[in-house]
Amino acid sequence: MTVVAPAVAERFRPGQFVAVAVGGEHTSLLARRCLPVYEVKPDYGGTVEFVFSADDPGSRWLASRRSRDALDLIGPLGRPFPLPRDPAACLLIGGAHGSSGLFALADALRQRDCKVHFVLAAPHAHQVYGALSAQRIGDSSTVITRDGSLGTAGMLPDLLPGIIDRTEADVIYAAGPTGLLSAVSGIASALGIPCQVSLGELLGETGACGIGVCASCVLPVIGDDGHTRMVRACVEGPVLRGERIRWNDLGTIPLDALGGPRAPQTALEAAP
Amino acid sequence: MDLSTRIGAVTLANPLLTASGCGGTGRELSPYTDLARLGAFTTATVMGRPRAGRPTPRIAETPSGLLNAMGLPGPGLDAFLARDLPWLAGHDVSVVVSVGGSSVQEFAEIAGRLAASPAARPIVGVEVNVACPNAEDRGRMFAASPAAAADVVRAVRGAIHRDVPVLAKLSPDVTDIATIALACADAGATGLSLINTVSGLAIDPATLRPALSGVAGGLSGPALRPVALRCVYQVHAAIPELPIIGGGGVATGSDALEFLVAGATAVSVGTTLLHDPSAPQRILRELEEALAARGMARPGDAVGLAHRPASAGPQIARPRTRIEEFS
Ligand SMILES: Cc1cc2nc3c(=O)[nH]c(=O)nc-3n(C[C@H](O)[C@H](O)[C@H](O)COP(=O)(O)O)c2cc1C
Ligand code: FES
Repeated sequence: MTVVAPAVAERFRPGQFVAVAVGGEHTSLLARRCLPVYEVKPDYGGTVEFVFSADDPGSRWLASRRSRDALDLIGPLGRPFPLPRDPAACLLIGGAHGSSGLFALADALRQRDCKVHFVLAAPHAHQVYGALSAQRIGDSSTVITRDGSLGTAGMLPDLLPGIIDRTEADVIYAAGPTGLLSAVSGIASALGIPCQVSLGELLGETGACGIGVCASCVLPVIGDDGHTRMVRACVEGPVLRGERIRWNDLGTIPLDALGGPRAPQTALEAAP
Repeated sequence: MDLSTRIGAVTLANPLLTASGCGGTGRELSPYTDLARLGAFTTATVMGRPRAGRPTPRIAETPSGLLNAMGLPGPGLDAFLARDLPWLAGHDVSVVVSVGGSSVQEFAEIAGRLAASPAARPIVGVEVNVACPNAEDRGRMFAASPAAAADVVRAVRGAIHRDVPVLAKLSPDVTDIATIALACADAGATGLSLINTVSGLAIDPATLRPALSGVAGGLSGPALRPVALRCVYQVHAAIPELPIIGGGGVATGSDALEFLVAGATAVSVGTTLLHDPSAPQRILRELEEALAARGMARPGDAVGLAHRPASAGPQIARPRTRIEEFS
């Protein structure tokens, strides 16, 4: 969906998201939908495009908007992808429609003379998003489907080390399902490659406000001091360093997290 | 219009407050709402120690409402005093601090440290969240028993300067909320905050399991409003002189007016902030218009009007019909 929102388009940096109110003015739906931004364009006064699947009453309402309808949207929100200071070889890994968040990033990396290699992975061909764009803008583009219905047949974790080797990747960026992000983070940290992941999907599932007031979108993250804290995906993320996230503990409060059942009783601050 | 309203010895610039736990630390809300123009900003419930709360999913969407089971997450009192309260003071925000504890002792300690803190200047009220589970009573809410709620109120009242209002925030999940309210008033509460969420449950249609990690959660938003209005009405009827901060699903100025006429002296906005963080200023403007349209000069003119006998209400001239005309 493309909306005219010049103030959002102007300030947007790749990796950020928008929080959209769904259901109309007299809505019975109170939670905002946090949606990653696919692209912003200066034309028509500044447009913002985002991709979502219409799989609940709120997003179905959103999908049924017509041109010139007004939309209640807050953005750009969240922490964007940090960019390398010097030209680097960047590997952009997108899982299913999560890859929509990577194309604006690719443009920004290009402007910094970075090499951009795409990997798009999905269970089936129809879940691959942006294969043509990736081919067009990427220095290379690899499509992987589990059943071989498009590109290479196989599982991303098996194929990734080879791709990292071939592209001589200095940095990895990933967006998509948390299972894929976890696998990518594991491989990247084993190889000592910096890895930034976008938790857009987790935020989409758990977020209700998008601006940090409801604290519903939390996940356990290890801070600079080695302590685990529950941080909010919408304001401390949605982009985080892959190796800082306690992937196996998503959806739990680790016993040793700050304020958790067995944490040392210190007066550490909650936010990293 | 003079929008100011009084809670005990304190005068608030206007009757609109944020509800506890729905405005973050204030910083998150500040780009959308001018916090200095609120009657007061209410903090999330502050506990003694850092608490991670419950895992996600913590919020589920329900018809015209939200269900939340957060587990009272927060950085604890030290971080609140060192970081959040000074920030609010620096931005000229009037602050109601919501305090919680798992024992009467913990409530008293937190209140005492709050009162002694050099950062206490912006505090215009202390809200006692008696919906906390009482560790000394197998996790039963303090709010469920008049005696336990009163004990907590008395402990906090004793620790806080007498000019600072102490407000007991009650739960609607009780047989007779007026009894709890009376017990709190007797224990020294300056006023009441009505209401906290009502317990509910949502099922995830995909997994066929409870949607929240905490299984049951608290229902908030417009779905809660009739319950909240009933509580405000009942308590005002029982103790008309006691100030009440009414709230539950307030989203418009007209909603706010409903709470005033039911007996509230001020109104809190909670879940609406998650949906529309810029709502408070709009609601306040709408409330002002709603009062003016009825010829009222101040919010106080509306308080408790719904309790007048029907004959005292505005007389609407209806053409009289004689029975005979139909026969
Ligand atoms: C996300 C969320 C967090 C809340 N946290 C607190 C809290 O920390 N302390 C408290 O007393 N009430 C808390 N509440 C309850 C609200 O302050 C309020 O009493 C209730 O939601 C009803 O009002 P509303 O419909 O305007 O939200 C919370 C509510 C929500 C939705
Ligand atoms: S979505 Fe509300 S705090 Fe993150």
